[in-house]
Amino acid sequence: MVLVFAETWNGQFKKSTFEAVQYAAACANAQGSQAVAVVVGPATAPVESLGAYGAHKVLHLHGPEKFETAQHAALLGDAAKELNASMIVISGTANGRALMGAVAVRAEASVISNVTALPESFGPVRVVRGAFSSKGIEVCESSSARTVIGLVPNALGVKDSAGSDAAFEDRNVSAASRATVVEQQLASGTIALPEAERVVSAGRGMKAPENWGMIEELAQVLGAATACSKPVSDIGWRPHREHVGQTGIQVNPQLYIAIGISGAIQHLAGVSSSKTIVVINSDPEAPFFKAADYGIVGDAFDIVPRLTAALKAHLN
Amino acid sequence: MKILVCISHVPDTTAKIQFTSDARALDANGVQFVINPYDEFGLTRALQLNEQLGGTVTAVTVGDASVEPTLRKALAIGAHDAVRVDALPSDPLQVARELASVVSEGAYELVICGQESIDYNGGIVPSALAEILGWPVVTPCIGFDPAGGRAKASREIDGGKEVLDIALPAVLGAKKGLVEESELRIPNMRGIMAARTKPLVVKAPTGATAGSAPVSFSKPAGKSAVQMIDAQNLDALVKKLHEEAKVI
Ligand SMILES: Cc1cc2nc3c(=O)[nH]c(=O)nc-3n(C[C@H](O)[C@H](O)[C@H](O)COP(=O)(O)OP(=O)(O)OC[C@H]3O[C@@H](n4cnc5c(N)ncnc54)[C@H](O)[C@@H]3O)c2cc1C
Ligand SMILES: Nc1ncnc2c1ncn2[C@@H]1O[C@H](COP(=O)(O)O)[C@@H](O)[C@H]1O
Repeated sequence: MVLVFAETWNGQFKKSTFEAVQYAAACANAQGSQAVAVVVGPATAPVESLGAYGAHKVLHLHGPEKFETAQHAALLGDAAKELNASMIVISGTANGRALMGAVAVRAEASVISNVTALPESFGPVRVVRGAFSSKGIEVCESSSARTVIGLVPNALGVKDSAGSDAAFEDRNVSAASRATVVEQQLASGTIALPEAERVVSAGRGMKAPENWGMIEELAQVLGAATACSKPVSDIGWRPHREHVGQTGIQVNPQLYIAIGISGAIQHLAGVSSSKTIVVINSDPEAPFFKAADYGIVGDAFDIVPRLTAALKAHLN
Repeated sequence: MKILVCISHVPDTTAKIQFTSDARALDANGVQFVINPYDEFGLTRALQLNEQLGGTVTAVTVGDASVEPTLRKALAIGAHDAVRVDALPSDPLQVARELASVVSEGAYELVICGQESIDYNGGIVPSALAEILGWPVVTPCIGFDPAGGRAKASREIDGGKEVLDIALPAVLGAKKGLVEESELRIPNMRGIMAARTKPLVVKAPTGATAGSAPVSFSKPAGKSAVQMIDAQNLDALVKKLHEEAKVI
């Protein structure tokens, strides 16, 4: 049995949840077993709809109102033990990443995070993962009867769904929480970086924070998340949560557009697994061009508004 | 407050990563090792708290003797003493169990890890350690202010942040924001001299076993040559993104 954490956000399933459910279903199918999705807390989306992504059954645990690491880990870990899961799939969102280690301890499992592909084998679980901030690829093997798999969001993408509704079971649960959420601040209308399929990122070449309007417009036309290089967030031009790279968020989008970013090794370490990279830089010698698929040499202040217009024309 | 800062000994961020010819391990030849960047934020916050509240700051690393220069650097930055658990770290749960034994022997009130190590990028140790101890965990932690046995701690979530109220002791997974980049402490000459005589205790491991092991390592396939596009012909880029890369 393969268990998968079906994370919700404001009662809705996240895209990363569908990806994780499909991953779990593929693992279950390969072993002639079944995938059970666990939803914790309020869900406005119909939980049985996860069947379309391959879940055989959905276990809906009612009680917790908000995410709390220790409490969620206890509920998921105990469910995995009760159902005798051989694998526990968790997508590497902010909450998912916080959970993995605690769930592994609670479920008496081993844990392999940063997983980027389906397992090569199941007995023992052997799987490819990223290491050294995408500078290396590791094949890792679990020596435990139960393995937590931490999946990199966007590593496989969400495929068209074909399955039918899943069976579901509602349960009222209580598990001790060890922290109380007293406040949440959400940047409205922004797309979370780890899950974003497109990212528009800008660096010190933008000269000043008031020049970010054109970056945001380009991102908006593409439905992209915005990101920045480390010095840009260090000097406070942009919030920390936008800092990508080896010591910031690691992203894995379909399209990464880098504007006025030199392409230092620490920046590349967090973005180089993007499928397609476009670099816009006024310096033809900028190291980023060596890591790019498409490059444009020129002044961002001239190119970005024209690119936004060209994309707008194409997308309409 | 009695604080334990968990330090991971990792290749410098500028290091070019190579693997041994049998592909089974990192080739450490010529690689400079440093304090994991996330752990630097944790160490600095620990020292700030120590200045406000008193107590001690202890740095701990699970590793063989080769990690001692990294621990000495933590001492030079200001930690009072250090512990090295004499075991090769091979799996995050093994490390978490070894650290848990250090924690329970030392009556610490706060344990600060980094949100992840930039070598194997597991991001597992903080919450695994907290679960072994039965303590609250806040990771990635971007703010921490204790008051009277409790604390307000901020945590980064997708698209925002949240503030948590927790009872101490607790485990944090530090990230930039817990302190700012400009506040990071670096060793000065006096610190480096003092570090030579500060206690660095070597502790025998409990013998916790690993649940996973690397089979092989490789390097990602490089990108094929970049296609340069004329800045006056942006429609050509749009066309390529649509037809060739199929990303729009
Ligand atoms: C321990 C450590 C960890 C680090 N981690 C990270 C990390 O996670 N992420 C990260 O990003 N960095 C990281 N860095 C920093 C990294 O080494 C670089 O300093 C940083 O990425 C540079 O940012 P930048 O490209 O925005 O700025 P710069 O290096 O200043 O580059 C600006 C670029 O903009 C171009 N430019 C200037 N004007 C224009 C214009 N008008 N139009 C177009 N282009 C223009 C320039 O040609 C130049 O290439 C780390 C460094 C250290 C030491
Ligand atoms: N060998 C180690 N010794 C001490 N602390 C460690 C070790 N490995 C990891 N840690 C701590 O755990 C954090 C997360 O590491 P990881 O789970 O390996 O990504 C690091 O930032 C350190 O604080």
